[in-house]
Amino acid sequence: MLYFSKIKLITIYLIIIFLSFFSFTNFVDNNENFFLSKKVKLGLDLQGGSYLLLEVDSKPIVRRNLQEKLLLIRKYLKTNNLKYQNLNQQNDSIVFTSVNSDIEKFKEHFLNKDNILNLYYDKYRSYEMNFISENNKVIINYSKYGLIEIKNSTLDESLEIVRRRIDEVGTNEPTIIKNGNNRILIELPGLDDPNRIKNLLGKTANLTFRFVSENETDFGSDLISFENSDEKLKISKRVVLSGDNLVSAKPSFNNQNNQATVSFTLDRVGSKKFGRATTNNVGRKLAIILDNRIISAPNIKEPILSGNGEISGNFNFQSATDLALLLRSGALPAPLNIVEERTVGPDLGEDSIKAGAISLGIGFILVILYMLYKYRQLGIIADLALILNLILLLGVLSILEATLTLPGIAGIILTVGMAVDANVLIFERIKEEMKTDKSIIHAFDNGYKKAQSAVLDANITTLISAVILFFLGSGPVKGFAVTLGIGIVTTLFSAYFFARHLSSIYAMKNKDKEFI
Amino acid sequence: MTIQFPKDIKFTNYYRKINFFSFILILFSCFILFSKGLNLGVDFKGGTLIEIRSDNEQINIEQIRQSLLKMQLGDVTVKKFGKQNDFLVKIEMTNMNDTNFIKSINNKLSSDLGTVINFRRVENVGPKVSNELLNDGLLAISLALAAMLFYIWIRFEWQFSLAAIAAIIHDVIITVGFFSFLSYEINLSIVAAVLTIVGYSMNDTVVIFDRIRENLKKHTKLSILDISNASTNETLSRTLITSVTTLLALFSIYLFGGSILKGFSFAMIVGVIVGTYSSIFVATPILNYTNVNSKTILKDEDNKNI
Repeated sequence: MLYFSKIKLITIYLIIIFLSFFSFTNFVDNNENFFLSKKVKLGLDLQGGSYLLLEVDSKPIVRRNLQEKLLLIRKYLKTNNLKYQNLNQQNDSIVFTSVNSDIEKFKEHFLNKDNILNLYYDKYRSYEMNFISENNKVIINYSKYGLIEIKNSTLDESLEIVRRRIDEVGTNEPTIIKNGNNRILIELPGLDDPNRIKNLLGKTANLTFRFVSENETDFGSDLISFENSDEKLKISKRVVLSGDNLVSAKPSFNNQNNQATVSFTLDRVGSKKFGRATTNNVGRKLAIILDNRIISAPNIKEPILSGNGEISGNFNFQSATDLALLLRSGALPAPLNIVEERTVGPDLGEDSIKAGAISLGIGFILVILYMLYKYRQLGIIADLALILNLILLLGVLSILEATLTLPGIAGIILTVGMAVDANVLIFERIKEEMKTDKSIIHAFDNGYKKAQSAVLDANITTLISAVILFFLGSGPVKGFAVTLGIGIVTTLFSAYFFARHLSSIYAMKNKDKEFI
Repeated sequence: MTIQFPKDIKFTNYYRKINFFSFILILFSCFILFSKGLNLGVDFKGGTLIEIRSDNEQINIEQIRQSLLKMQLGDVTVKKFGKQNDFLVKIEMTNMNDTNFIKSINNKLSSDLGTVINFRRVENVGPKVSNELLNDGLLAISLALAAMLFYIWIRFEWQFSLAAIAAIIHDVIITVGFFSFLSYEINLSIVAAVLTIVGYSMNDTVVIFDRIRENLKKHTKLSILDISNASTNETLSRTLITSVTTLLALFSIYLFGGSILKGFSFAMIVGVIVGTYSSIFVATPILNYTNVNSKTILKDEDNKNI
C-alpha cells in the first residue's frame, strides 16, 4: 500500500494542481476568462435576494376550454341533426341527454381518431376527453392526459409572460424555471424587496374595453367596481376590444391635468374595431377594465380612428409605468398564486458569510490543533491532508459552479470535523500494527490495508445520506448535501492518495527508528 | 503518545443496565413526542417568519407582539434572535393572494413602534408547500434508513443490519425527543441534521462492526461477548477522537455560526453524542442478543467461495 508508481504519483499531483487552480479562481476577480470565471456561486441566503414559488391555477382555463368545447359540440349536434336536450356545463363536465341511436352516432364520431372535437394524442395513446354514457345521458370531461396538456401549455405560456415581465423590470440575473407541472420557480438575487415583482406577477393583466350599460335591456351586464373605490358600474358583457390587440404601451404625462397616464397603440384589427365602436357611440361611456376592476370609464368625445389612445386613472408615475409594462408583456393565461416566498436582505447575507467564515476558521484551527496534540508528527500529515481537502472541495465546487448556501458552509465545517476520521482510522490501525510488527514500513502498509474496508464503509454511509438529501431536500438544504457529499469524495482522495503518499515518505525516513 | 485510553473496559458488563437506560430514554422521548408534539416551523406548518432588526433599542418583544395581535394574523410568537435589537416573528397566517401582505405588516409595525423596522429575512410558506416539504422530509429520512439497512445487509449479515438500524432509530427518536422536550423548532435544516446523524451514527457503528467481523473470523473459539468487548476496546480511541473532532467543528458552528444555524448544530451535537453512545451500547449488544458467532460470518464466506 505504500508503494506508488511514478505514473500514479504524477496523476495524483496533477489532479491536485488542477483542482487547486479552480479553488484559487474564487479569489481572482476575472469573469471574462472561461477558466478563471469558474467560481462558487453564493446562494440567495448569503448574497441576499428573493425566492418565489408560483403556482399556476389552471382550473379557470379548464372551465373556459370546456365552454368552447360545449359550443363546438352544440354546433356538431345541430349540423348533423342529432337530437339533444339540456346541453350544459356542470362543474368540470359537459352533460346532455339524447336518444340512444343518436348517442351512438355521436360516440362513433367522438371516439374517431381523426375528429376535431376530441383530439387523440398519439404520445399518450389517449383522447383529450372522456366519453361516458348512461341511459340517455352523456357526460364528457377532460381525460387525465387532456388535463396534462392544458396544464403544460398553460405553464409554458405563463412562464413566457413571467419572464417578459421580470426582464422588463431589469433585475440582476434572475432565474426563472418550471418546477413540476404547475409551478414556476423564480430566484432574484440581490433583490431585498420583492414587492414590486410580486405585484406585477400577481396581476393577470386582462385588459378589456367595454361599454357602460345604459339601460336594463342591454344584452347582459356585470356589476363591476372601480379599482380604487367601492363604487360600482353596470358594464356590458360585450367586449369591444381586449389587450390582445395592443402592440405597445408606455407611460406618459398629461399636461392638461398634470396626471400620469398610459398611452397605447393598437394593431390594425384593433384600430378598426376601436374606430368603429367609438364612431357609433360618441357620448357613451367606455369602461377600461383590468382584471375585473374598472380603471376608468371616460366619455367618448369623438371617434378615435388613429389606433392610439390613452388610459387615465388615479396613476402616479410608478403605477403608470407598471401598468404599461403589464400591458406590453401581455396577459397571463391563468392567475398565479405565490405559494412560497423567501427573502433575505443583503445585510443578513453578509452577516451569515462572516459568521460562516469565522466558525469555519475556528472549527478548522481546533481540529488541526487537536490532531497535532493526538498524533504529533502523523498529525501534521493528517492536517496537511485536511488543508488539501478543503482546497480540493472548493475546487470541485467551483468547477461545478455549485451554489454555496449557509447550510452549505455548515456542511464544509462538518466535513472538516469528519474528514480526519479516515486518517484517524488508519493511524489507529497503524498503532495497533506497531504492537505486533516491529517494522515501521510493514506496520504502515498493514495499517492502510486493514483500515480500508472500515474507511470505505464509514464514508459510504454518510454519502448515502447526502445523496438522498440532495434529491429530496429543497433550497439551501440542497447546498448542504452538495458540500457534504463532495466533501466525502475529496476526503477519501486526500486520505488515500495524498496522506498515504506523505505517510510512505514518513515511514521510509523513520524505518530505523522506534515508533514515536 | 499522550493520553492512553484504558483498553480493557468491560463494556459487556454494562449492557443490560445501559440498555435499560436507553429503553427508558426512548419511552420518555415517545411520551413527550405524543403528549407535547413537535414545534414545527413555518417550513412544515405553513405561515410567515420574519426576522426583524431595528436601530431603536427601546423596542421590546411585548410591543411587537401587541402591534401584530392588533392585525389579527392568528397565532403570533415573537422572540429575541441574536443581537440586542433582533427579533424573530412567527405568524400563523400567510396571505398569498395579497401581494402587499408583508409590506402592510412592515408599515403597521413601523408606525406602531414609531421607528423604522427592517425586515432582514422573510419566509412565507403556503399550506400546500409546507405539506409537501413535510412529506419530502419524512420520505427522505425513511429512504435513508432503508438505504442504510440495505447497505449493511449487503456488506454484513442481517443481524448486523438489524442492530445498526435499531441504533439509528434509537438516535433519531432521542434527538427528536430532545427537540420536543425543549420545544425547539423543527425546520428544513433539522431534517438535514437528522439525515446527517443517520449517516454519522451508521459510520460509527460500521467501524465497530467491521472490527467485530474481522475478529470473529480470526478468533473462531471466542464468544461473541468477548469479541464485542475486544472490538469495542480496539476501536474505542478512534470512536472518541472522531467524535471529538466532529464535536469541535459542531460547537464552532453552534457558538460562532450565527443564529440561523443554531438549531441545526444543536441537533447535530445531540445526534453525534447519542450516535457515538448507541454504536457502543445499542448496536453491539444487539449482535449479542441475536447470537451472532463466527459461523454466521464464515457460512457466508463459504457461500461466496462456492
